[in-house]
Amino acid sequence: MGEFKVHRVRFFNYVPSGIRCVAYNNQSNRLAVSRTDGTVEVYNLSANYFQEKFFPGHESRATEALCWAEGQRLFSAGLNGEIMEYDLQALNIKYAVDVFGGPIWSMAVSPSGSQLLVSKQLLVGCEDGSVKLFQITPDKIQFERNFDRQKSRILSLSWHPSGTHVAAGSIDYISVFDVKSGSAIHKMIVDRQHMGVSKRKCIVWGVAFLSDGTVISVDSAGKVQFWDSATGTLVKSHLIANADVQSIAVAEQEDSFVVGTAEGTVFHFQLVPVTSNSSEKQWVRTKPFQHHTHDVRTVAHSPTALISGGTDTHLVIRPLMEKVEVKNYDAALRKITFPHRRLISCSKKRQLLLFQFAHHLELWRLGSTVATGKNGDTLPLSKNADHLLHLKTKGPENIICSCISLCGSWIAYSTVSRFFLYRLNYEHDNISLKRVSKMPPFLRCALQILFSEDSTKLFVASNQGALHIVQLSGGSFKHLHAFQPQSGTVEAMCLLAVSSDGNWLAASGTSAGVHVYNVKQLKVFEYSIPDKQYTDWSRTVQKQGFHHLWLQRDTPITHISFHPKRPMHILLHDAYMFCIIDKSLPLPNDKTLLYNPFPPTNESDVVRRRTAHAFKISKIYKPLLFMDLLDERTLVAVERPLDDIIAQLPPPIKKKKFGT
Amino acid sequence: MVSDQKPLGSWSVKQGQIITCPAVCNFQTREYIVVHDNKVLRIWNNEDVNLDKVFKATLSAEVYRILSVQGTEPLVLFKEGAVRGLEALLADPQQKIETVISDEEVIKWTKFFIVFRHPVLIFITEKHGNYFAYVQMFNSRILTKYTLLLGQDENSVIESFTASVDRKFISLMSLSSDGCIYETLIPIRPTDPEKNQTLVRSLLLKAVVSGNTRNGVALTALDQDHIAVLGSPQAASKECLSVWNIKFQTLQTSKELPQGTSGQLWYYGENLFMLHGKSLTVIPYKCEVSSLAGALGKLKHGQDPGTHVMPRFVNWETPQGCGLGFQNSEQSRRILRRRKIEVSLQPEVPPSKQLLSTIMEDSEKHIEVEVRKFLALKQTPDFHTVIGDTVTGLLERCKAEPSFYPRNCLMQLIQTHVLSYSLCPDLMEIALIKKDVQLLQLCLQQFPDIPESVTCACLKIFLSIGDDSLQETDVSMESVFDYSNSVHDEKMEEQTEILQNGFSPEEDKCSNCDQELNKKPQDETKESTSCPVVPKRAALLNAILHSAYSETFLLPHLKDIPAQHITLFLKYLYFLYLKCSENATMTLPGIHPPTLNQIMDWICLLLDANFTVVVMMPEAKRLLINLYKLVKSQISVYSELNKIEVSFRELQKLNQEKNNRGLYSIEVLELF
Repeated sequence: MGEFKVHRVRFFNYVPSGIRCVAYNNQSNRLAVSRTDGTVEVYNLSANYFQEKFFPGHESRATEALCWAEGQRLFSAGLNGEIMEYDLQALNIKYAVDVFGGPIWSMAVSPSGSQLLVSKQLLVGCEDGSVKLFQITPDKIQFERNFDRQKSRILSLSWHPSGTHVAAGSIDYISVFDVKSGSAIHKMIVDRQHMGVSKRKCIVWGVAFLSDGTVISVDSAGKVQFWDSATGTLVKSHLIANADVQSIAVAEQEDSFVVGTAEGTVFHFQLVPVTSNSSEKQWVRTKPFQHHTHDVRTVAHSPTALISGGTDTHLVIRPLMEKVEVKNYDAALRKITFPHRRLISCSKKRQLLLFQFAHHLELWRLGSTVATGKNGDTLPLSKNADHLLHLKTKGPENIICSCISLCGSWIAYSTVSRFFLYRLNYEHDNISLKRVSKMPPFLRCALQILFSEDSTKLFVASNQGALHIVQLSGGSFKHLHAFQPQSGTVEAMCLLAVSSDGNWLAASGTSAGVHVYNVKQLKVFEYSIPDKQYTDWSRTVQKQGFHHLWLQRDTPITHISFHPKRPMHILLHDAYMFCIIDKSLPLPNDKTLLYNPFPPTNESDVVRRRTAHAFKISKIYKPLLFMDLLDERTLVAVERPLDDIIAQLPPPIKKKKFGT
Repeated sequence: MVSDQKPLGSWSVKQGQIITCPAVCNFQTREYIVVHDNKVLRIWNNEDVNLDKVFKATLSAEVYRILSVQGTEPLVLFKEGAVRGLEALLADPQQKIETVISDEEVIKWTKFFIVFRHPVLIFITEKHGNYFAYVQMFNSRILTKYTLLLGQDENSVIESFTASVDRKFISLMSLSSDGCIYETLIPIRPTDPEKNQTLVRSLLLKAVVSGNTRNGVALTALDQDHIAVLGSPQAASKECLSVWNIKFQTLQTSKELPQGTSGQLWYYGENLFMLHGKSLTVIPYKCEVSSLAGALGKLKHGQDPGTHVMPRFVNWETPQGCGLGFQNSEQSRRILRRRKIEVSLQPEVPPSKQLLSTIMEDSEKHIEVEVRKFLALKQTPDFHTVIGDTVTGLLERCKAEPSFYPRNCLMQLIQTHVLSYSLCPDLMEIALIKKDVQLLQLCLQQFPDIPESVTCACLKIFLSIGDDSLQETDVSMESVFDYSNSVHDEKMEEQTEILQNGFSPEEDKCSNCDQELNKKPQDETKESTSCPVVPKRAALLNAILHSAYSETFLLPHLKDIPAQHITLFLKYLYFLYLKCSENATMTLPGIHPPTLNQIMDWICLLLDANFTVVVMMPEAKRLLINLYKLVKSQISVYSELNKIEVSFRELQKLNQEKNNRGLYSIEVLELF
């Protein structure tokens, strides 16, 4: 394969926002995650935990609650006092409804098993102590009525599985409401004492209502408490942390639940028989997990795993070993830190990198060296990397996507409401930036932007399912064509690729179909994955199968590119490795060593040739956010060490290291 | 604690009225009944808000208690001893109430039972220090009066009563002012109701509470075998709740109530209710089926009671007829059949039987031969049981005939590794009486379960036995190394002064002690190099050091050892410590030497137990100073370690920074 010069970039100062809510959807096995900047992501747990959908954040929109309703509908509510529904097809916000109760702290959808209710209901708890009931209609939500107003904010809500009662956690107490009358039938006072010291307030961060009438509460005094909702009395109390217990989630069978604490610990509780083969059962704290360094703000309980997220920005999926039947890579712990979408684009000709942040873009020029060396050497730099440009967006919206053209003279990015295109001029070391004004009205919101290789065309995938082709020449542009989505679908395109001659454009939507467009003749060829014409190589791979270790990889491939000069080479990478596949070499079988970090030293050429296989893997760079070939012998790798992210987070709760 | 719970309902009487009888719930009608001002009955339910407006009945006599149990109508017991059903009473509230008990007789306590679906009421009265029990049967309307005789202790005052009932008797338990619990059995069906009968009480538990506490004493029966007692166990200690198993006379559990109680205790639905300080405390307590193992704190086996009688020694290696219920019946039958055949094939008298019969009559010599013969066979399936039976047999004979002491036999049997202390507690007892240090050493090495009291008794003997009598014994010297000519290859450089780096502990009061010590340098060197005990004693003491113990149980026994023996042992331990620290690895030479931890733990234990005594002894002063210095040096070692840890962390950080190649670099990568 040979030697490469690798530009190892660590100056991408990207810090993901902390996770605020997770909501697990049992029907589709998907997980919705909201972050503190208002971003909402949807992960497909069946497809290797791939982050398949993404809604950009907004400065004023701090999401405090997230829930699924009627199978496929996703709602969020936040401190701006609005309930929002997300359109999972078009990838935009369907509508937002102000509830007029001040900031919303909690939200819950009526349980599916409820017999009493004809349609689903949505309940929100507000800052002013009101609990508001909404009816979910097929295309919107409609306010129905208020429950009895409480004296302080409602921080948590949980429906009884029959839908007749609701538990609401507030400050210093828990209320139990009768849904029919809307009146509070019990008020359960939570003890403020914390380790013998009376705290000012005890905040009930989470409640869970079980079918037997038990209410489980978690609070800021570090307690997990069990209440009898029929009598309004405390049944049992577990003190599990010195800090707040901030989240709770119960399994559907109600035989186990999970809580998350501000110390970063997640505790698993299970309903186990008191003695073996006795029918009497009790809740027992079974397993503690420490996968977080900071507050665990939210937890979810899928049938096979505990899911947690918090301030330290990791989404952790911890499978329950007793629930996993086969010991495959589904049983492995997952820690997802980085988005699976592309945040970095690269101008190969000018050796530029464009970094996308929530509210700005950064343009960097890579350095250079004249030295050469052998494997593993760090070469002396003749020129260091330069920060060329810092482009700030206006307005509260986060950037959805961005791109720099290969020649480096065009930069485009988009927010939810505006599309921006800039022309860059290079005069020696000076750069001048000129915004292309008067964007046509159809170019308002792009989900994906791509330039053709010769930088003459701009491809924009809008959220309405249309694909626009724009001709760029000099400082102006001309709208060439729009591929409209097939009638009846509004599926958003989230991936774009263009062939190097600029004649073919491929686009992929959220439902995994791939459309190929002929740009010259303006025709649409559509291939959906199942009946696509595979290449011979791909058929061979299918026949022979991948190496078992390759199949055991658990992180999704986030980027694929082709070698500009050698069509047989494919470069792909995920967060922990990159791989160049040489299609001319034989495929590895299960007996060959897939990954060999050491150079074959004293082996003869014959042995070398015999053991050589198509997959060339390197795990030197991690976590790897971006990798591409700049030219034939040069690679660029963008890493983001986790320690650098942690260094930018607020300090975690101090814990004593030693017993003294 | 239920103080933070919300009461479900609360009612109060008008100002000036006094509630004279606890409110009860009529389970049949879901109503509550209370009496105020002795004669006024109030009945209400959950919906009522104001007690003043609810049903009221004024009675003609003063009520002592209203009693209500599930499944029957409540009863009203009047202060004069008459009893009425509530319904009958409400039909005519002003009806005449007869007087049952005599003048000056006062009802002290009452309880209401259902026996064979018939209500039975018992109440206790007192008159001039005499106690009477009345049992009222409601099916036959018979009232029987009994006089309670207090037995030997006529002066004691009964403070609290409780009762439980079984088929024939009411078991009345009383807690007297002497702190003991007595039991009186009252027949449910009186033999002769007309005659005034007497009942004698018997002592059930001795001194469960301190005799001189006045208030806060209460007693309640949990089931036939368990009672809960509220009170302070010793005069000075805090009040506490204890649950006793009366069948086995053991304390099941106890809980301290530091804020004090009011002498009221109820048991209802597996929960104990009591006042603790200003709050009502509820403690869930479920009585397990009383078994000896349970009483001793061991897990109870899931075995049906009364199915099989377990043999005294169980051989776990062969399936027994009893237990091991997991085999299906067919299989076990087959095994039984096979075993039958095996049995029939064996000679009439198996060697084990022969051995057991030998033990009972033959001479020591002959027994030794037989034991040796049996041990040579070894692989018999009932090996464990026979060994157990043999030892028990031998020990029984030892006790019967003081001259009989088959020492060699016992040694051989111990060395089979199948015995333990709990199998033959008499063995060590006899060895202690005979001062057989060799056998004791062997026991200490072999038995995993020697109680701390016995360990301590051994230690006493090991320290007190004369050197000349030690010479005659043949103790195992495995753990002792000849320290006098030990090789000093690994010897650390002796440092007179630790060079402090940053850390400098306060120059304390010991500096002048140091000077004092320095005056006699020859002495010190002599002391540190020569062993204070003869090697044989050292071997015995090492056996003690190796034995397992629990600090709490050992400490009280250590206090009984004479002070000069304590100093001797401390000197020996200090000597061992010095030997340890001479070595770079901090271990002692030898095959099975005591470890540094064992040495340090024992030094601490001995000092904890006897410090006040040792500190007064002039000859122990130097030793204490040495030990003090030892502790000081240990502390400085740990502080140095802490410093090293910090330095290491800094180094680690530096190392990380080195690995961190900065924000940008160009590297060469070769892919193979």
